[in-house]
Amino acid sequence: MTALLSPLAHLGRAVLAALTSIGRVMIYAVTALSHIFRPPYYPREVFNAFVQIGWLSLPVVGLTALFTGGALALQIYSGGARFNAEAVVPQIVAIGMVRELGPVMAGLMIAARVTSSIAAEIATMKVTEQIDALVTLSTHPMKYLTAPRLLAGLITVPILVGVGDVIGVAGGYFVATQSLGFNPAAYLKNTVDFLETLDVVSSLVKGCVFGGIATVMGCYYGMQSGRGAQGVGQATKSSVEAAAVLILAANFLITGAFFSV
Amino acid sequence: MIRFEDVHKAFGSNRVLRGLTLEVPKGTSMVIIGGSGTGKSVAIKSVLGLVTPDKGRILVDGKDTTSGDRDAFLARFGMLFQGGALFDSLPVWQNVAFRLLRGALKRPQAEAREIAIEKLRRVGLKPETADQFPAELSGGMQKRVGLARAIAADPEIIFFDEPTTGLDPIMAGVINELIREIVVEMGATAMTITHDMTSVRAIADNVAMLHDGVIKWTGPVAKLDNSGDPYLDQFIHGRAEGPIEAVR
Repeated sequence: MTALLSPLAHLGRAVLAALTSIGRVMIYAVTALSHIFRPPYYPREVFNAFVQIGWLSLPVVGLTALFTGGALALQIYSGGARFNAEAVVPQIVAIGMVRELGPVMAGLMIAARVTSSIAAEIATMKVTEQIDALVTLSTHPMKYLTAPRLLAGLITVPILVGVGDVIGVAGGYFVATQSLGFNPAAYLKNTVDFLETLDVVSSLVKGCVFGGIATVMGCYYGMQSGRGAQGVGQATKSSVEAAAVLILAANFLITGAFFSV
Repeated sequence: MIRFEDVHKAFGSNRVLRGLTLEVPKGTSMVIIGGSGTGKSVAIKSVLGLVTPDKGRILVDGKDTTSGDRDAFLARFGMLFQGGALFDSLPVWQNVAFRLLRGALKRPQAEAREIAIEKLRRVGLKPETADQFPAELSGGMQKRVGLARAIAADPEIIFFDEPTTGLDPIMAGVINELIREIVVEMGATAMTITHDMTSVRAIADNVAMLHDGVIKWTGPVAKLDNSGDPYLDQFIHGRAEGPIEAVR
């Protein structure tokens, strides 16, 4: 009987542990959010976070979007050719980039670039007692480290997604007009005519949510880091895994909320 | 005055503090000695609220450390961390003046920089060090910057966590002298934790020996060598045999 129940006990413990973790992350995220609105504020830290998370992520997000848009145009053209629908390239590139690939690719690149860097930095600060030093210097780590990064994530990532969408569509445009024989003016007209406000709004909402997830995961796992180099490595790895999975899950939920019939 | 009253703290099944009771009179320098993992750092961190005791209480000037305005309470303290704990992303002067650049003690930037340079000079560092980053400094210089940061806001109470660990004997001597001078000059209450007996003799007015989570002996530094306490004797003479079990 015990042998029979053992797997169930393991499963129960795993579920409880997962729920506890989700609860902790939720409490952490809500607390971090509340600290954005409560003084004291650290404008210098906020500025640095905007530069690190937003401005310096632009090249990687832009290049990812450019190549994704180009590849998407090629795929739709060759796939559409099977049922004589090559002409839909501008519309599908636009809708694919703006609704899905733009935000998701940007979110995943932010998880790879920003979440990992935040987690490693904060975990190292924890291991070297810099977080304790902050507290002894009357500075709340949540306010000084987490709130500025979260604010930067919530504001800059939607902007990055918007820029990425435009670059992605441009990538499709270049491939379509330079190698697939599309008329440039007609391509642009089709793109603009086909996109709706809701497509753009959903893209920006996704960017905002993904920015929040990426920064909160980096800060949370950094703060939870264990000791030594192994602790920092583990925190970094866990933060990126959690951010990537949550971004994809949130993408599914937001897509459902905006576009389910 | 700092007073520990029957303080207990466990991490899982590891009971680190098992009823710590100790008094540090105002304006004196107390050094806590003891083997690794005996809870010396936990004791100091408990005062600052970095660790929450499971049982017992800690009083500073008769007031419980868990009550009252936390920022005002912390503003009374300075702390030198074992590894320096300097902020990598900030230049040295901003590390030293960290407390003076934000919060209740905020000063204009130029004034804060001036104070930082003065404190750096006090610990024997040149003004040129002010614009360097912590990673560009040697271990001894980082300790000095940590010390300058600990005294930047003229605290009433200063904690030193293993101030000479990792330093060569000459630099350790310099840091010991600096700590003693600064504590006397500022009239501050100091609490130091260390394994280094040279530090103990250089810094302490009083010594407390922590073992198995309780204070085994406490008294003035002058009585260190003839205390008659077997734990203390074994520790200060570094003997492998004695009541303290040495893991081989």
